[in-house]
Amino acid sequence: MHEERSQLMQTLFGRLSLEAIPYHEPILLATFAVAALLGGSLFGYVTYQRKWGYLYREWFCSIDHKKIGIMYMVLGIVMLIRGFADAIMMRLQQAIAFGDAAGYLPPHHYDQIFTAHGVIMIFFVAMPLITGLMNYIVPLQIGARDVAFPFLNNFSFWMTSAGAALVMVSLFIGEFAKTGWLAYPPLSGVAYSPDVGVDYYIWSLQIAGVGTLLSGVNLLATIVKMRAPGMTLMKMPIFTWTALCTNVLIVAAFPVLTAVLVLLSLDRYVGTAFFTNDFGGNPMMYVNLIWIWGHPEVYILILPVFGVFSEVVSTFSRKRLFGYASMVYATVVITILSYLVWLHHFFTMGSGASVNSFFGITTMIISIPTGAKIFNWLFTMYRGRIQFEVPMLWTIGFMVTFVVGGMTGVLLAVPPADFVLHNSLFLIAHFHNVIIGGVVFGVFAGINFWFPKATGFKLDPFWGKTSFWFWFVGFWFAFMPLYVLGLMGVTRRLSHFDDPSLQIWFQIAAFGAVLILFGIVAFLVQIYVSIRDREKLRDHTGDPWGGRTLEWSTSSPPPDYNFAFTPVVREQDAWWDMKARGHQRPLQGYLPIHMPKSTGAGLLLAGLSAVCGFAFIWHIWWLVVASFVALIGSAIAHTFNYNRDFYIPADVVTRVENERTRLLAQQG
Amino acid sequence: MSAAADHDAHHADERHVHSHDHGHDDGAGHGTFKGYMTGFVLSVILTAIPFWLVMGGVFDNKQTTTLLILAFGAVQILVHMVYFLHMNTSSEGGWNMLALIFTVVLVVITLSGSLWVMYHMNTNMMPMSVHDMRNMP
Repeated sequence: MHEERSQLMQTLFGRLSLEAIPYHEPILLATFAVAALLGGSLFGYVTYQRKWGYLYREWFCSIDHKKIGIMYMVLGIVMLIRGFADAIMMRLQQAIAFGDAAGYLPPHHYDQIFTAHGVIMIFFVAMPLITGLMNYIVPLQIGARDVAFPFLNNFSFWMTSAGAALVMVSLFIGEFAKTGWLAYPPLSGVAYSPDVGVDYYIWSLQIAGVGTLLSGVNLLATIVKMRAPGMTLMKMPIFTWTALCTNVLIVAAFPVLTAVLVLLSLDRYVGTAFFTNDFGGNPMMYVNLIWIWGHPEVYILILPVFGVFSEVVSTFSRKRLFGYASMVYATVVITILSYLVWLHHFFTMGSGASVNSFFGITTMIISIPTGAKIFNWLFTMYRGRIQFEVPMLWTIGFMVTFVVGGMTGVLLAVPPADFVLHNSLFLIAHFHNVIIGGVVFGVFAGINFWFPKATGFKLDPFWGKTSFWFWFVGFWFAFMPLYVLGLMGVTRRLSHFDDPSLQIWFQIAAFGAVLILFGIVAFLVQIYVSIRDREKLRDHTGDPWGGRTLEWSTSSPPPDYNFAFTPVVREQDAWWDMKARGHQRPLQGYLPIHMPKSTGAGLLLAGLSAVCGFAFIWHIWWLVVASFVALIGSAIAHTFNYNRDFYIPADVVTRVENERTRLLAQQG
Repeated sequence: MSAAADHDAHHADERHVHSHDHGHDDGAGHGTFKGYMTGFVLSVILTAIPFWLVMGGVFDNKQTTTLLILAFGAVQILVHMVYFLHMNTSSEGGWNMLALIFTVVLVVITLSGSLWVMYHMNTNMMPMSVHDMRNMP
């Protein structure tokens, strides 16, 4: 800043000034124009259709786990597009920035892009997508009518969205962190990152972290307390089992992230010296603590999709899952072991041979239960009557891809090998191999599998297969070159290269990224085409795939109350068992159903949190105080809201159920 | 009482109804005046002793004092759990105990692991003294 700002401006706006708007960066300007155009036309469309009231009442305020689940999925897909835009920009830069060519991204912009890509893909794509799946499916699978704390669920969703919104705001007001996705100090300390980037990072993660933690508590309580009668732990569907373990991990791990980010913010805001270089601080402690959260985090992401694959494999092989008990034990063992391996993320920091060997061995051990799962899926398919529907394609694509990623992971677990490969593109290839090949493929399998449950019509298979093949081939083209480059010693996060012999590999990788772009476009087309042709793809049975678990026993989409009568469970694969016994849907005797009532409190609280975070980022202290007081005040005011529940009258239930009876009869 | 039966009692649409038939089967005590007083007195004593240890300068060795305070803190946690949170091995059908064991295991792993890791880091990576630091390459 050239002139001294007046005291008044400083008080009113903190660090925020017009210079924070990046109008001198053509790329960001164009991005803003596109975002404004898309956002404006969406806003205009909703206004034109007069849908704001509907959206607000029926969706934003809804505390129905199904609607919240769908909103999580929408959030995840929107952020996937943002995160992928970052990815393809990096691929393009690395493909052209050789020798004299500097590429089109200046280094300070490139650094923000790789940080934002990592943060967005983990926290605002993968997390919302798996939370969305769990939110939608788990209560249905255990025969419950909602989650244990329905309001908390809505609040969690909006907190996650508020965090995502802050990251998006950083694109156009100020800048994002330039530190890499885990923001290691001392680089992320105030001495080396004095601007707002790291503060955006801290506050978006803290706000979204509240949402994640509370949704973990919520789903955990739901699974422990609200299972249908007869559903003992060892009769739970495997997806619910993996959801249980994931939420245990969330509840145990996320407080560590919160605490370590609080320490980092104290360093930045009030001048403590936890992670500084001098005054007795120790940046290595940050790395240690953040990976105590970070390693369980990757299992938080992968465990639920293991559940998805288990459901998909047994459904489309028309067989009971092979080795149910071993699958459960493998999941539990992974849950515990995920806490014993965190040091493999920093073998090279210098803790010495004894410590490194311990963590290298525990890391190799964790591949045993994971391998057991792969064999279970293979044995489930063995002699099954396999149907190659789209979810099954994603599953088989996963098994092929994930095994390769797992093996390179075991290779990295050998400390001496890690000293060579650490921080190289080999590592990048490895974790994209397991996260894309595992989590992303799993989420797409889950979306294709449960979409008819959520909407009442299947997704279009042609575009689904197109999307799968583009993703699958694109993944191999995009990341196999990175293994090669990593073995040749190319390090990560570089925006420019000198050795021209490397360029061809980056060009192949960029080609792969373009294929993945087609995969994403095909997925969006798939959604559009399916909605357009919904009458043709309609399913009235509620059980389009010949499902095995309770979510397929109710209508598609399920009524607000999920089940008119709570199902009674006798066997694993409860719905399969009910069908085998010739289960008859009860047709009368409906009772009024007690349900929670919608409220706008979650949206309000999350909005205030976002304002508070924004004020913290820009040091607008009066706004920090005002929004924080308003936040606490609104939370207390909400506790006096006694109008929280209502009964769906028996005749409404009767009408809904009779309509289903009619449709079922029509179907044949 | 089996875990399964407990879940039946608590399952979805009955969650707002207290099923009285199972009485104290969930195992959680409801707290008595005597229980709360015992807990209160124990907490006061367990808080007072560490204060006395520090303020009275009872031990010359600071490490002994630190370890003793940590030990009293651990006992204090147990007292709170038993007398104020009414936890025992059978409350909530054993889920409380299971959660506690899991938590203790993780806390022990995290603390001892961090100490172990950071001790080695410190030995291997940190310069010995200001003098060494000045002469670093």
